[in-house]
Amino acid sequence: MSTVKKFMYVNRHAPYGSIYALEGLEVVLIGAAFDQDCCMAFIDDGVFQLVKGQDSSASGMKNFSPTYRALGDYEVTRLYVEKESLMERGLTKSDLMELTYEDEDDDWAEKPSIQIVERSELGRLMEEQDVLLNF
Amino acid sequence: MIFSIMVSEGPYTHQASDSAYQFTKAALDAGHEIFRIFFYHDGVNNGTRMTTPPQDDRNIVDRWSELAKAHDLDMVVCVAAAQRRGIVDVDEAKRHGKDGDNIAEGFRISGLGQLIEAGVKSDRLMQFGD
Repeated sequence: MSTVKKFMYVNRHAPYGSIYALEGLEVVLIGAAFDQDCCMAFIDDGVFQLVKGQDSSASGMKNFSPTYRALGDYEVTRLYVEKESLMERGLTKSDLMELTYEDEDDDWAEKPSIQIVERSELGRLMEEQDVLLNF
Repeated sequence: MIFSIMVSEGPYTHQASDSAYQFTKAALDAGHEIFRIFFYHDGVNNGTRMTTPPQDDRNIVDRWSELAKAHDLDMVVCVAAAQRRGIVDVDEAKRHGKDGDNIAEGFRISGLGQLIEAGVKSDRLMQFGD
């Protein structure tokens, strides 16, 4: 497919309690095979998806958080986390998993995938996209 | 304009499927093209022909089937989401040893790539969810 469009996957829900996060991540992984320009945004309770040390065993639900570590290998290298959503939930960057990717344009240097952005900046980024998918 | 539609919620519980239907119909009436309608999450439940609402209510599933037939629409139910929720066609039923299928007329089961392709090939991908 020759057309390259900008896709943003917007994650709004906590990882457990509903299936949106898990099924949303499945779309991102499939979408990565289409060589589009894709990124992810984490807003509202969606920021909980990236919290480190998740243990879902008591709920009987599968802990799928290790999958986020694979995103870099799928060339999903931009994960925008909304600053205000973190603050509103008493979270800081240090509560999140350390997700990285290897930058092929910079001698495969390991770089952080997560970028904390302000609400207004995220709005601007959304404006640039061709396709927004909400989960 | 070429539109694709994504339905992210099941029928009746949420308005998403109703809104998606009304939008699709209005777009077609206005002369626009619908490239594909993709059903994801609980949206796959829009594709079971076992749905039997009360007679004085709209039949959301039949309504989709009829619209698809009238306009030759491509309505795709995500296979992974469908498997979780028990939406099966003849092939899926056979593959998983189920005693019957329930896919409604006009729907077909396929993969998530169909959603991404819809995003790439349409001018607008409209998502109807909660």
